[in-house]
Amino acid sequence: MSTFVIGYYALLIGASCLAAYFKRREMFLLIFSLTLVSFVTGIVGGAPALRLITTCAGLLALAAGTSYAFREFLILITPEGVAKELRTAPLTAAFGMFVIFTYAIAGIFAPIIAPFGEAQVISSAFAPPDETMLLGADQLGRDMFSRIIFGARNSVGLALLATGLAFFMGALAGLLAATKGGWFDQFMGRFADVIMSVPSLVFALLMLSIFGTNLTVIVIVVAVIYSPRVFRLTRAVAGNVVVMDFIEAAKLRGEGTWYLIRREILPNSTAPLIAEFGLEFCFVFLLIAGLSFLGLGIQPPTADWGSMVRENATLISFGELTPLIPAAAIALLTVAVNFVVDWMLFRSSGLKEV
Amino acid sequence: MVPKKDVLLQIKDLRIEGYSEEKWVEIVHGVDLTLHKGEVLGLIGESGAGKSTIGLASMGFARDGCRISGGSIEFDGMELTTTPESDLRALRGSRIAYVAQSAAASFNPAHKIIDQHTEAPIQYRISKRVEAQEDAMQLYERLRLPNPSEIGFRYPHQVSGGQLQRAMTAMAMACRPDLIIFDEPTTALDVTTQIEVLAAIRDIVDQFNTAAIYITHDLAVVAQMADTIKVLLKGEEVEEAPTAQMLGSPKEDYTKSLWAVRSFKRPQKNRPTGADAVPIVSVQGIDAAYGKTKVLDDVSFDIYPGMTVAVVGESGSGKSTTARCITGLLPPTKGKILFNGQELPAKYTDRTKDQLRQAQMIYQMADTALNPKIRISEIIGRPAQFYSGLHGAALKNRVDELLDLIELDPAKFYNRYPPELSGGQKQRVGIARALAADPAFIICDEVTSALDQLVAEGILKLLDRLQQEFNLAYMFITHDLATVRSIADEVVVMQRGKVVEQGPKDEMFTPPHHPYTDLLLSSVPEMDPNWLSTLLEERGTDAIGEAADV
Repeated sequence: MSTFVIGYYALLIGASCLAAYFKRREMFLLIFSLTLVSFVTGIVGGAPALRLITTCAGLLALAAGTSYAFREFLILITPEGVAKELRTAPLTAAFGMFVIFTYAIAGIFAPIIAPFGEAQVISSAFAPPDETMLLGADQLGRDMFSRIIFGARNSVGLALLATGLAFFMGALAGLLAATKGGWFDQFMGRFADVIMSVPSLVFALLMLSIFGTNLTVIVIVVAVIYSPRVFRLTRAVAGNVVVMDFIEAAKLRGEGTWYLIRREILPNSTAPLIAEFGLEFCFVFLLIAGLSFLGLGIQPPTADWGSMVRENATLISFGELTPLIPAAAIALLTVAVNFVVDWMLFRSSGLKEV
Repeated sequence: MVPKKDVLLQIKDLRIEGYSEEKWVEIVHGVDLTLHKGEVLGLIGESGAGKSTIGLASMGFARDGCRISGGSIEFDGMELTTTPESDLRALRGSRIAYVAQSAAASFNPAHKIIDQHTEAPIQYRISKRVEAQEDAMQLYERLRLPNPSEIGFRYPHQVSGGQLQRAMTAMAMACRPDLIIFDEPTTALDVTTQIEVLAAIRDIVDQFNTAAIYITHDLAVVAQMADTIKVLLKGEEVEEAPTAQMLGSPKEDYTKSLWAVRSFKRPQKNRPTGADAVPIVSVQGIDAAYGKTKVLDDVSFDIYPGMTVAVVGESGSGKSTTARCITGLLPPTKGKILFNGQELPAKYTDRTKDQLRQAQMIYQMADTALNPKIRISEIIGRPAQFYSGLHGAALKNRVDELLDLIELDPAKFYNRYPPELSGGQKQRVGIARALAADPAFIICDEVTSALDQLVAEGILKLLDRLQQEFNLAYMFITHDLATVRSIADEVVVMQRGKVVEQGPKDEMFTPPHHPYTDLLLSSVPEMDPNWLSTLLEERGTDAIGEAADV
């Protein structure tokens, strides 16, 4: 038995004893069950399996540490009110914020960060990684790493634009429907039902084949597909606000619809809307990636994570993980956004008055 | 430590902390309490005094965000602060029961009343389902609920508020507990319904010799129920004494001030006479309906400038609907409303800006009447800006002036949000918002019913002062006749959408009355501890259940 294995078990058992002694129940259960699992994996997989566990645990610890540090950093640099909110954020949310922050930096400063151009052919097709190319080359010999960085800008930017538009249309319609009521409400509601009744991917493919695949069309089509969901949520949230006495007071004062929406209703429905924005952003992002994968989204040579998966897909049959990197980038962002949204949902549904 | 045989609950130096602003703050500072078997203790104090917190603590329970930080709670020889949660759970419901303020909110709307009633006895294996149901029906009968054998099989929304409150008291009795905690059980009810519930509670407590803690902020109510009264202020005991002694000769200044609350009374003003006297609001024979249900039937009354007209009646009598007709939210189906002699358009959307400005409204629930996400400065400033076109420094001056009028410090409150204010302060902001429009007529819809008596008195005095200063006319909707006594000039009594009697206040409060007015008047609890017994004797026991149907 190597010193690594002995050290590994000694550390785990020591830590679980300590946890038990200090009555940290959850900590103890976690560490001790890991010890038991390690016994089994150690016997089955030997030292390499234990090394893998160690690496994973190390990565997790690293992520947790980064998240913690990032949260403290945010608390320090933000003004008092925001900092107070941030203190309530769990580590998962901090991790999400960190990932989003990294993506934003990558997207905004893409030309500076990326070592090569988006469409620049620098080596042979499917060249393996070396000092100049961190992640190797794609099917045309372009630098994978640079394309991922540019992809952040294109994919995320496009998704952000489409989600923003969907929210603008959906929220406006929802607020109007809740305030006006009557036939307008009915009409908008049924219209939303019609759009929602068509499967989103089929609808998008249809529209894109009719109007052609340029960016404006993609943004508008995706926004139209997702606005009914926003409409429904907004209408429901605003519906609860509209019946309050202060709305009646404002109506009796003679205020117009626009004032009611802007000053009285909207401030009381922002929390769930922001949370919904995060969720919808993930769906929109996945839809756009899906469209690109099918070849109807962002067109080459523009770098985009969805199409990058498709273009390099042949490599999977050779046991290469390269095509999965852009997919992992998509997955990571989706998870990160959901972590942040979970926290926001928790806050907005909490009993606490803001 | 051997407890005296008849001591049921002994609380010593109880300290409870609440979590706020990221630290624990003590909210109950060492309260002692002793309760003997079969004794009823009244806990009284304004909101925030810690009444409910102490009530819950006597079951060994602390609300979320609260913790019991010190002292001892001994129930029948058992120390509740150290008892494990599982044992406490067995105690609650079976030996200690709790009756909450709002029965409507505390019953689960998805289950039948009797199923909720029998849950505890079945759970604790005290009786089988059938026995428990029979017992429930007997209890319903004792509490004089109509159709005792049938009412339990209804859902909570199918019975009235007063009946539900009685059903809840019956439910508390299900396991024949030694102690019941009543947390403001009648606060949300009308005076006429309140009597039924009070009588029912008193009967059942007497019959089973149950000890009770009765929490309320209404002195007259507690005087009927309790053997001993304990006055609390900000988590500390002010004094404790037997009921008669406490009512007759309170020692502490704070208690005296509580007792004096209902004394505010201002002289009655009379209608201006002469040909040029035009009522500012004249409601002439209006009918109104929600869908096909007719809720107002030929309602007429006049309100003259500078006068207060109180509209009284129990809930569902059409008071608030009349207000909605006047404001134009619900166009009447018949009749008209004159404002300064000119007819108002039926719908508010058809009225001019000036007509809207002249009539303002103050709401019952200041919580929902003020937008929680807007600063006080904008809430008050908006009407001034909207009607008079003020802006910049002029607007700020106007807001400061209004805040001064309602006795809130402009420097402190200008930039605050409504959730940061107390109930009384919110109601003052509501008044300021109405005043900002510079109106001639204000509808006050139950403005004091959600407030403590001391705070309510402050609001009434403020309204009175403003009336004198600006010659305002008030339409004062209320079911509290004490309020009517203190502030009204004229009274309109409504029942089931009709005006049954109207006239100057002094006339209304001297007999002979219309039978309904008489019922309302006699239902207002008085400080006399024998009031309820005397009243019940007068009315005859049979009449209690149907009191509201006279």
